[in-house]
Amino acid sequence: MLRFHDYVLSDSCYKVRLLLGLLGLDHVRQPVDYYPGREHLQPRFRTLSPLGEMPVLEDDGLVLWGAEAVLCHLANAHDRSGRWLPREAEAFGPVMMWLAFAAGKLQALSKARETALFGAEGDLNAMRRQGRAALRVLEDHLTDRGLAGGTWIVGETATIADIAAFPAVALSHDCGIGLEDYPALDLWQRRVRSLPGFVSMAGIPDYF
Amino acid sequence: MTATEDRVALDQWYALGAMQDFRAGEEAVTRLLGEDVRIRCSTGGDIAVTAGTRKLPIRTDYGHLWTSLGSPARPVFDLPESREPDRRAVHCGPVRVRASGLRLIENFLDLAHFPYVHSDILGTEERPEVARYEVEQRRDVDELWATKCEFFQPKAAAAAAGGQISKYMYRVVTPFNVMLYKTAPTASDRWDVIALFVQPLEPALSIAHPFMLVIDDTSTDAELIGFQQMIFLQDKIVLENQRPLLLPLQPGRETPTRADLSSVLYRRWLKEKQWRFGVEEPTAIA
Repeated sequence: MLRFHDYVLSDSCYKVRLLLGLLGLDHVRQPVDYYPGREHLQPRFRTLSPLGEMPVLEDDGLVLWGAEAVLCHLANAHDRSGRWLPREAEAFGPVMMWLAFAAGKLQALSKARETALFGAEGDLNAMRRQGRAALRVLEDHLTDRGLAGGTWIVGETATIADIAAFPAVALSHDCGIGLEDYPALDLWQRRVRSLPGFVSMAGIPDYF
Repeated sequence: MTATEDRVALDQWYALGAMQDFRAGEEAVTRLLGEDVRIRCSTGGDIAVTAGTRKLPIRTDYGHLWTSLGSPARPVFDLPESREPDRRAVHCGPVRVRASGLRLIENFLDLAHFPYVHSDILGTEERPEVARYEVEQRRDVDELWATKCEFFQPKAAAAAAGGQISKYMYRVVTPFNVMLYKTAPTASDRWDVIALFVQPLEPALSIAHPFMLVIDDTSTDAELIGFQQMIFLQDKIVLENQRPLLLPLQPGRETPTRADLSSVLYRRWLKEKQWRFGVEEPTAIA
C-alpha cells in the first residue's frame, strides 16, 4: 500500500495528491503538522527525509522524498498507460527538463507563497519578481505550443511535467500574483482542471 | 502607513501570537494598527513588547501574547472553556490575509457561504438554506451573540464520520476577536470552541491567529490543524478578492439578506463604537 506523508497546504505535496487522484491510486494519507508544528524537522520525520523535505512516499519498502521523484516513481511504477511519463526520446528529455524547471526556478513562487501566508523569512518582492520571470518562461512556451497546435507542456497528452508545474501557477494568487498577464497559462490551467480525476486544493480559485 | 488615530481601536487588546512562538533569547518585529511593534523574549523567558520607545502592556491569557497600543478599559475577555481540563488547546498557526480584519471577522460569522466556499465539507449545494437564527447585543458585557444557528454539514470537523446538522453559536467579544461554539462531533452534549483572534497590521492587511479548544481524543494535532487550515485557506482567497477590501459601513454599499443578521448587527455595533480602523472611508455617493 502506498503511504503518503502529506501537508494539506503544501503546493509540493499537492503535486503528488493531484497525480494520485488522476491515476486513481489507493493510498494511506499521513497528515504532517508542517506548520505551525514543524513536524517535518523532527528526528522521526528525518529518518524518512533527511532534509525534512516534503512530500514523502513509501511504496513497498521504497522511501522517496521530494515531489518530482515521487511523480516519476508513480508514473513509472503505477501508470499502465505509460502516458504520464512518456519514454520516447522526443518526449522523455523535455518532460525531465520541465520537471527540473518546476523543482527549480518555479519554486520562487512556492517560497513567496510561504512568506506571504506564514510570514516565512525572505524578500517577498524579490521572490515575486523571480516567480514572475519563471511564469513568463512557461507562458511563452505554452504560447508557442498553442501556435503549433499543442495544448500540454510536452506532447499530445498531459504528463507529469504539467502536474509538477500546475500548483505554482494555480496558487499564484496566494503570493499576490494573478494570471491576468499570462493568458496561455490561464487557458492551460483550465485544461488541467478538467482532467478526469482532478482534485483541487484550498486556495485554487474555481471561478476562472 | 502610519499609526492610526482611531482611539477606540487603540484601546483594545490584540493577540500577537501563541506564547510558544516566542522563543527565549529571540526578538521579533511585527505590526499592529499601522505601527511597528517589537517583541523581545529574554533568555530567562521574560517578554517585553515595545512600540518605538514606549513599553506596551502585555497579557498572556489563553496561551497567547496580548498587547495594546492604548489603555484598555477592561481585561482580556473571559473564555471559561479554557479552564475545562479535558479540552485540547490547539494553535493552528498564524496566516496572513490581504484584507481588512473586520472582513475576516464578518466572514467567520457567516453561515451562508458554507455550501459554496467549503463545498462538501461545511456545507453542500443541495442544502444551502440558512435557517432563522437569533442575534443579540449583550450590553452589560458589550458582546454580540448569534444563537440557535443550524446547518447541515457533510464533514463538520476533522473527527466527523458523516454528515450532521451542526449547531453553532457565535460570540464576538471585541471587533477583532470572535469565538464560535459548535457541536462537538465526539461529545454531542458539549461545544467545541473555535476562536479567531485577528491582529490588524494595516487597514487591509491582517494576521489571523486561529485557536481551538476542542473535545477530541481521536484526531492528531496534524489532522485538527490541517482541517482548520484547509477551511481557512478556502476563505482567504474569497476575502482577498472582495471589494472594497475595507469594510463599508455606509448604508447601501452592500445589501444584506436575512441570513446576514449577525453581519448587520456587527456593522451596527462598529458604527455605534465609531470604529474606523479597517473601515472604508465614507464617500459622497452611497
